Amino acid sequence: MTSDSTASVAAGGAPKEAQPRPGARRRHGPPGEPRAIAYLYILPGFVVLTLFLLAPLAYAVWLSLFEWDGLSPGTWVGLQNYVDVLTDPTLRAPFLHALVLVVFFSLIPVVLGLLAASLLMRSTVRGRGIFQAVVFVPQVIALTVVAVAWKRILAPDGPLNDVLRAIGLDGLARGWLGDPDTALVAIGIVGTWLGAGLCTVLFLAGLSRMPRSVYDAARLDGVGFFRETFVISLPSLRNELAVALTLTMVAALRTFDLVYLMTSGGPGGATAVPAYEVYMKSMRQGEVGTGVTIALILAAFIMLLTVLVNRIPEREER
Amino acid sequence: MNESRIERSVTIVVLALGTVAALFPIAMIIASAFLSDNPNESGIVWTNFATAWDQGHFSTYMRSSVIVTVSVVILATALSCLLGYAFGTMRFRGSSVLFYVLLLGLMVPNEAIVVPLYYQLQELGQTNTYQALIFPQVAQSLAFGTFWMRAYFRGTSRELVEAARLDGAGHFRVLWSVLLPMGRPAIITMVVLFSMWTWNEFLLPLVMIPSNEDLRTAPLGLTFFSGQYTGSPSLLAAAALIVALPMLVIYLIAQRHFIRGMTEGAVKG
Repeated sequence: MTSDSTASVAAGGAPKEAQPRPGARRRHGPPGEPRAIAYLYILPGFVVLTLFLLAPLAYAVWLSLFEWDGLSPGTWVGLQNYVDVLTDPTLRAPFLHALVLVVFFSLIPVVLGLLAASLLMRSTVRGRGIFQAVVFVPQVIALTVVAVAWKRILAPDGPLNDVLRAIGLDGLARGWLGDPDTALVAIGIVGTWLGAGLCTVLFLAGLSRMPRSVYDAARLDGVGFFRETFVISLPSLRNELAVALTLTMVAALRTFDLVYLMTSGGPGGATAVPAYEVYMKSMRQGEVGTGVTIALILAAFIMLLTVLVNRIPEREER
Repeated sequence: MNESRIERSVTIVVLALGTVAALFPIAMIIASAFLSDNPNESGIVWTNFATAWDQGHFSTYMRSSVIVTVSVVILATALSCLLGYAFGTMRFRGSSVLFYVLLLGLMVPNEAIVVPLYYQLQELGQTNTYQALIFPQVAQSLAFGTFWMRAYFRGTSRELVEAARLDGAGHFRVLWSVLLPMGRPAIITMVVLFSMWTWNEFLLPLVMIPSNEDLRTAPLGLTFFSGQYTGSPSLLAAAALIVALPMLVIYLIAQRHFIRGMTEGAVKG
């Protein structure tokens, strides 16, 4: 290192390059300098992104303006597909089902995670590390496998009904996925199973940043568990809450694998969700325009929710 | 602080219930994979795995899944590092607009693009190919990867980078020899996430591989298997375990590291 360049760093100026390369028009600034070279770094990524994400997205918008069966030439229908999806009750129903799933995939897991995390934070019980690792496991397994397992649990002769019969609630036992009244809720329960661990892990991580003395002080003041949870834990978890809500809500709205494998949208359309309809309409029923329109409305919905939820954290940083 | 005895018991019950609830479905699958479908036959049965593997063509499906996952992880990681480096350490014209484009990529679900992509690729004769499985998945992963790596690069020490520059290192050398080795924890977390997303992806292979059975990925193969073997819960359980096992193993190996990285990164990013 030359003393000259050291001095320039010390003076707060941009360091000069120790060995200027022949042909380099200007000095080689450190990363952070305005440099056209950045484009070279982002080019490959943006090529892939453009070809496989942005172009299909633009094509989706184009396709949504047609009535098309995927084979013969399509018919221009303008915004009719959008009008149909928003006004036809059978096309609108999947979106309402998705909202029900948001409750089970997102809201219930967030509440459960919050309660579990703050209970564990108050406690000196050991084994929190193992618990964290274990409750995260559902996130790791392919949903196709999850579907296989839960289909068995919810079957007419499955463990859930065995338990109900064992405790004398025979009247409640049923084929959970085959009953139009319970099928959607049954899929929702799988979603709760998926999301609760994720939320707990996120909240535990957030709470462990809090000084323990805060809890001790609260305890001294005689603050009870629920007040502590909602007055002390919850406000300090704004960031984690936004992350947990985003991840679980998006998962709820995008539900496809579970429905495809567990109920095929049935019985009687009771579990038809948008992502499933996108697939059925576009790939199976020759209504590509309608399918793509559902997909775009779903995407818009997801974007809107993501933006809204991520306003929760106060932007103190940056 | 003393916790009351009641509260301590409640905590222990919650821990136990949570553990049982999280593991029960998996434990059930494991248990039934080792049992015979014939109620008269008792004891542990190992043949279910071999039977499921052979009859379900899982050697083909697993090979396909491994090829796709490894390709996606390598490509997506490399491109994310390049993108994150540029967005995290350099200032350039249009960077904020391009960043918003990436933000779009983070929010657009693949349900929205898989159908138009299918028809585009079909026109080019590219459906039923590995690239139809690999590149869309790379594109889906890039937005997250860029955010993730950008956050890492922003947090790196400027003094260190400047010292390296003074020693004559070019920007690529700074990236390759200084910043990437230091960023191993962040990169490992990202690699684990990319692997899981790719391995577990279902809709994309379902749509992109309409007819070539050899290219079916493991989760897709499982659904065809479950359609054929509805009468054999043990075989289905064995097949499900075969599909889930690679990611469970990766998770167990990376777990400690991974949960920390994920929770920190999720909040930071």
